[in-house]
Amino acid sequence: MLKNITLGQYYPGNSPVHRMDPRMKIYLTIAYIVAVFLVKDLLGYALAFLFLLFMARIAQINLGFLMRGIKALRVIVAFTFIINLFFSAGDTPLVSWGVLRITREGLQNAVFFSLRLVFLVMGTSMLTLTTSPVVLTDGLERMMRPLARLHFPAHELAMMMTIALRFIPTLLEEADKIMKAQMARGADLESGNLLARARAMVPLLVPLFVGAFRRATELAMAMEARCYRGGAHRTRMKELGYTRLDFAALGIMAAFIALIVVQGAFVHVGL
Amino acid sequence: MSIVIENLTHTYMPGSPFQATAIHGVSLTIRDGEFIGLIGHTGSGKSTLIQHLNGLLRPSSGRVLIDGKDLFAKDTDKREARRKVGLVFQYPENQLFEETVAADIAFGPKNLGLSPEEVDARVRDACAQVRLDYDTFKDRSVFELSGGQMRRAAIAGVLAMQPQTLILDEPCAGLDPRGRDEILGLVRELHQTRGTTVVMVSHSMDDVAALVGRVIVMNRGQVAMDGTPREVFRQGEALRAMGLDVPEAARLAARLREKGFDVPQDAYLHGELLEAVKRIVGGAHA
Amino acid sequence: MDQSDKIVVQGVCYTYQDAPDAALCGVDLSVHAGEFLAVLGHNGSGKSTLAKLMNALYVPTEGHIWVVGMDTRNDALVYDIRQHAGMVFQNPDNQLVATVVEEDVAFGMENIGVPPAQMRIRVDEALRAVNMQDFRTAAPHMLSGGQKQRVAIAGVLAMQPDVIILDESTAMLDPAGRREVLQTVRRLQREKGITIVWITHYMDEAAQADRVIVMNEGRIALSGTPREVFPQVERLRELRLDVPPMTELAHDLAAAGVPVRADVLTVEEMVEEVCRLSSKT
Repeated sequence: MLKNITLGQYYPGNSPVHRMDPRMKIYLTIAYIVAVFLVKDLLGYALAFLFLLFMARIAQINLGFLMRGIKALRVIVAFTFIINLFFSAGDTPLVSWGVLRITREGLQNAVFFSLRLVFLVMGTSMLTLTTSPVVLTDGLERMMRPLARLHFPAHELAMMMTIALRFIPTLLEEADKIMKAQMARGADLESGNLLARARAMVPLLVPLFVGAFRRATELAMAMEARCYRGGAHRTRMKELGYTRLDFAALGIMAAFIALIVVQGAFVHVGL
Repeated sequence: MSIVIENLTHTYMPGSPFQATAIHGVSLTIRDGEFIGLIGHTGSGKSTLIQHLNGLLRPSSGRVLIDGKDLFAKDTDKREARRKVGLVFQYPENQLFEETVAADIAFGPKNLGLSPEEVDARVRDACAQVRLDYDTFKDRSVFELSGGQMRRAAIAGVLAMQPQTLILDEPCAGLDPRGRDEILGLVRELHQTRGTTVVMVSHSMDDVAALVGRVIVMNRGQVAMDGTPREVFRQGEALRAMGLDVPEAARLAARLREKGFDVPQDAYLHGELLEAVKRIVGGAHA
Repeated sequence: MDQSDKIVVQGVCYTYQDAPDAALCGVDLSVHAGEFLAVLGHNGSGKSTLAKLMNALYVPTEGHIWVVGMDTRNDALVYDIRQHAGMVFQNPDNQLVATVVEEDVAFGMENIGVPPAQMRIRVDEALRAVNMQDFRTAAPHMLSGGQKQRVAIAGVLAMQPDVIILDESTAMLDPAGRREVLQTVRRLQREKGITIVWITHYMDEAAQADRVIVMNEGRIALSGTPREVFPQVERLRELRLDVPPMTELAHDLAAAGVPVRADVLTVEEMVEEVCRLSSKT
C-alpha cells in the first residue's frame, strides 16, 4: 500500500497557478524569496503574508497545507528564534537573568529571522503544492537546455530524474515486501544496538539493490527497443510555452516587489 | 496446530484519502493437516489475509488464534508464530541475499538461534525437500541459478524453519509448465509425507483442482465460498461472475448436462470426464 | 523469400557471450503479413532470444534476419527496424519510462523525432486502441499489470509498426490481465492488420493463434496450425509442455477406442463431438 503515497507534496488542481509554466513558477518563487529578504519591518511581513494569502486563494489551496511545511521545520524555526534571541549583539536590554539577557535588537533579530524562514518555506511550498514533480522536472530540463551547449548533460539529468520519480514508488513497494519476507524468516529488524541493526539491514538492502539493477537492465533494453538514443534528434510531445497567464503573474510579482521596496523606503512600522 | 481467524477486518491507511478496506469480517478455521487452495482475483484480499496469519500485518479488528493463543495479544511473541507458520511470498527469489545457496537457506534457522550442527542438518533437509542436490548447490551463488532453481532455493529458506503450516502466495507465478509441475510436486509431497498443513494461494483453478482437499474463494475482501473442490467447482456461474475460471473438465461436465447427458453434476477431474464420455458414447454404440 | 513476409529468419544461430552453447541454432522461419504467430516453448528453449533478434537488440552469430526487407545486420537501419517491429516485454513494471501514461506512450515517438502536434493525435489514437483513454493522465504505478501492458502496447502502436513482438508479455499477469492483453492484441491484428509474434509458455494462448511454432533447445521442434500441433500429445508431453485439456481428453478417448476427432481444442468442440458420436446408433 506504500504505492499510494504521493511524492513531494503536490496538491492536484486546475487553478491558474497550477496551469502556469513551471519555469515561470520557479523564477517567481526565487523573486518572492528575494523580496522577503528585502523586508525590514513587521508591516513588510504583513504585506508578504497578505500576498501569499492572495496567491493561495487563486491556487485554491488551503492555508493549512502551506503551514504543514513549517510544522516539519518547527524545531529549526524555534532554534533560530532562540539563538537570535539570546546571542544577538545589542545594547538595549529588555530583560536579563544573570548571563542571559534579551536585548531589543535580539528580539528583533529573533522575530525577523524566524519569520524569514517561515516565508521561505511557505513560498517554496506554493511552488511544490501547485506543480507535480513531473512538470517540475520538465521545467528544470528546459531551463538547463541552454547549458547543453557547454556540454552540460541537461537531457541526461532530466531523464534520470524522470526515471527516479517513476521507480521510487515501485522500489518502496518492493522494499516493504522484502522486509516482510525476511521477517517471515525470523529476521529481527527492530531491536539490538546500532551495529546489530545495521547488520540486520543487509538481508533487506542486498535484494533491493539486486532488484534495482535487474530493473535497470530490463528498462535499458526496453528503452533501446523503443529507439532511445539519448537527447539528440528528440522531440517532445508537450512543449512548454509562456501564456498570458504567466505574464500576468510576472506583472503581479513585479507590483509586489515594487510595493515592498517603496514601503521599506518610506513607511516604517514595527519593532 | 490449528489457526482460527475470527471476524478479521483490515483497513489500509485509515483516516487518509487512500483508505481502503482489504478484508472485511473474515472468519475461518484452518485445521491440522489440511491442504487448502485460496482462490480469488487480484485485489480480492487473499494476500492481505495470509499476512495476518504470522503477524506481519495487524488487524484493524478481529483476532487470529494460533493453537488457541491470540497472536496479537500483548504478551505473544510473534517470532514464535513465524516459526510455526511459514510464509512464502510471491516471486520469493527476489528476497535471496546471501553469497551461497546454503548460507541463504541457513538464514531462517540461524535467526531461530539453533546450533551450527542443527542449522546444517536443516539446510541439507530443506535442499532435499526442494530437490536441490546439497553438494552440487551449497556453494553456488544464488544469483547464478536458473529461474526455477532460484524459486526452489527461496522456498527451501522457509522450509528450513520447519513450519507446521506453510502458506505459499502464487508459488508458480511466472514459471513455465515444467517449473510449475516441479513446485506443485514438491508441495504435494511435503503435505503427504510430512503432514504439513498447506495453504496455497492461486489464480489457477487447474493448478488447485487436482491437489487440494478444500477450496476457499475470496471476493471483495470476504469469503465467498468454502468447501471441497467438488462443492466449489459445481458453482460455475457464480465463479465466473467473480472473474474466476472453472477447470475445463468441470465446464464440459456442465455443458454435457445441459445437453441432457447423464454426467455427475460435480465431476471436475480428467478421469471422471473420460469415464463419463466413454459411457455416453459407448451406450450409443451398443 | 516471399516479398509479403514481414520477418524472414534464415539459418540463424545465436550464442551469448561467454556461453558454451548456442541459445539458438539453425532456425528458419517466415512471419507472414497479418498473421498471429505464437512461439511456444519452456524457459531456455530459445524463444526469447528469437524475439530479441527480431528487434535488432541482438544480431545473429550466423545467418540473417530481414524485418520488412531490412537486414538486422545493417547498423544504419537499426532504428527503422525497431520502429517497424515493436516489442513488448515480460515485466510490466520495467518497461514504462515516464511518470504519466500519455507521456510514456509518446516516449518512442519522441525518440524518432515525430512533430509534437502529430504526436498528440497518435497518442490519443493509440490509447483508444488499447482502451486506456480514461487513464491518460494516470501514474503507471497505480495501474494493474494488465493495464500497464496495454500502455506498453499503446507505446509501440503509436510508432505505427508493421509487427508487434510480445515476449512473454502475459507471464506475470493474473488470468484477467492475461485475457485483456490477449484480446487487445487480437483486436489489433484483426482491425489494423498488424502482424503479431506472440511468445508464450501458455498453451491456451497459443491455441488461439493462426500458427504455432514450438521451440526446444534452440531449434524449431514443431510447427503448424494449432489443430495440427496440439493433437501431437505424446510429442508435447515429451517437450514438457501442456496440452489443451480437451485435446488431451480426445487423445485419451481415442486410445480407449472411441472414434473421436483428434484435433478438438475447445469445450464446445468436445460437446459437438459427444453429440455426434452419441447420436450414431
